[in-house]
Amino acid sequence: MKILVPVKRVVDAYVKIRVKPDGSGLELANVKMSINPFDEIAIEEAVRLKEKGLATEVVVVSVGPAKSQEALRSAMAIGGDRGILVETAETDVIEPLAVAKILKAIADIEKPALVLMGKQAIDDDCNQTGQMLAALLGWPQGTFASKIAIDGGVIHVTREVDGGLETVKLKTPAIVTTDLRLNEPRYPTLPNIMKAKKKPLEIKTAADYGVNLAPRLKVLKTTEPPVRKAGIKVGSVAELVAKLKTDAGVL
Amino acid sequence: MATLLLADHTNKALGSATAKALTAAKALGADVHILVAGHDCQAAAAAAQLAGVSKVLVADAPHYAHALPEEVAPLIVSLMGAYTAVVAAGTTTGKNILPRVAALLDVMQVSDIIAVHAPDTFDRPIYAGNAIQTVQVADAKKVLTVRTAAFAAAAVGGAATIETITGPAAAGGAEFENAELTVSDRPELTAAKIIISGGRGMGNGENFTKLIEPVADKLGAAMGASRAAVDAGFVPNDWQVGQTGKIVAPELYIAVGISGQIQHLAGMKDSKVIVAINKDGDAPIFQVADYGLVADLFQALPELDAELKR
Repeated sequence: MKILVPVKRVVDAYVKIRVKPDGSGLELANVKMSINPFDEIAIEEAVRLKEKGLATEVVVVSVGPAKSQEALRSAMAIGGDRGILVETAETDVIEPLAVAKILKAIADIEKPALVLMGKQAIDDDCNQTGQMLAALLGWPQGTFASKIAIDGGVIHVTREVDGGLETVKLKTPAIVTTDLRLNEPRYPTLPNIMKAKKKPLEIKTAADYGVNLAPRLKVLKTTEPPVRKAGIKVGSVAELVAKLKTDAGVL
Repeated sequence: MATLLLADHTNKALGSATAKALTAAKALGADVHILVAGHDCQAAAAAAQLAGVSKVLVADAPHYAHALPEEVAPLIVSLMGAYTAVVAAGTTTGKNILPRVAALLDVMQVSDIIAVHAPDTFDRPIYAGNAIQTVQVADAKKVLTVRTAAFAAAAVGGAATIETITGPAAAGGAEFENAELTVSDRPELTAAKIIISGGRGMGNGENFTKLIEPVADKLGAAMGASRAAVDAGFVPNDWQVGQTGKIVAPELYIAVGISGQIQHLAGMKDSKVIVAINKDGDAPIFQVADYGLVADLFQALPELDAELKR
């Protein structure tokens, strides 16, 4: 069973981003970038399946600028076997729909039994690509997975839903998107980081797959969210309750 | 042309998210029809009573029983000839189904809208709510999920007509196996007026029961948690408030033993009043708190419980 794992290079989760004062976007120059945390969970899960003998090959894919090679190398340091970078221009805005179309074309060629991917990227917070890819391929989907079990041509996916947990049974090929508690990704070892540098990495373009990257959404402006007024410190629980009753009126 | 709103429901009852998503759907300016897809479903009557809904479409079949996207997405697509927009609450159900619809329609979805400026122009948060993007949709059909915390619930008092429809045959491929849903008498997190949440500082799950629960009982509050507390196994996943968990905006949010990482703040910073109780006076949670109490939660929570009894 081959597993395809799409990964995205994003601003690191611990960076406090800044909005440009003119509303044109975000200050992203010289900001620390990392592999999207949910994608890291996806690659870890794929590698574990391979280690258990349930998968034969783990192919990692990224759609993004040349530097996305870093995300692919990170994914290969965890245990991905080879990489495909669909390189776009640094200035291109790549929407989930376009990524899903590229991934569909790659899935048509690679024919994985499973696509394992993050449920959302922590930059645009869209939470769309996996579901869109499932639609384009006509495959079943198990989103927000906290547990997966493979049983022949069937995958049992336990999903984190608003009311608790739900388990669905999917026929392969299928798409699974990962939630936080599926696993805890390993730290790659230095030998594995070195080895990853030598793993095959193919560079392609969106045109190779016949996909038009032109965005469908026009970003009119990007602004700061409203800032909360500074609050006060209270000295005791009694004072807190009194303030909530009288000043705030919420008790 | 009208707007189609996908109802969130449990087959027995309509979810509270639907009335909030309806407010966003109505802001598009067109007639709103609600689609209730389920099995042995009793949610249509409640949907028909929401003010401002002109029609409720009911698709009742075994393959719609569990809101599987493989089944519901083709149903929505089959209806979209008559609609210019499809809207769903940004619940795990809406998030699961709508992107599938968008791709089948070849439309770029706008996720988690928090404001409607025009029928094609919306605000949505990015980067865990640290920036707000205003986007205009070029596609003829709009596919939107709604951040329910940003919209008030539509009132009841309508009397929409209810029409039964038949959707496409079962697609198969996915099957529901089972659900372990949290059973609680408390209000749902996303519908509660008061929420009290605990973080890693709670130390273990028993302390949630021993210290937070009595306070929540007295306040009629829902209980939540930070990611750290859920990851540590103190409480179930559906308690998580944050960027990728539940987004809430209650009247009062009490954060106990939560340091306030941006991912948690993303889920609660639009609450009307925020209280933070933390022994670390430098914790970032105090930067968003209206009322901060620097104290050991193991003393403060029993005191709070006693104070609320008075």
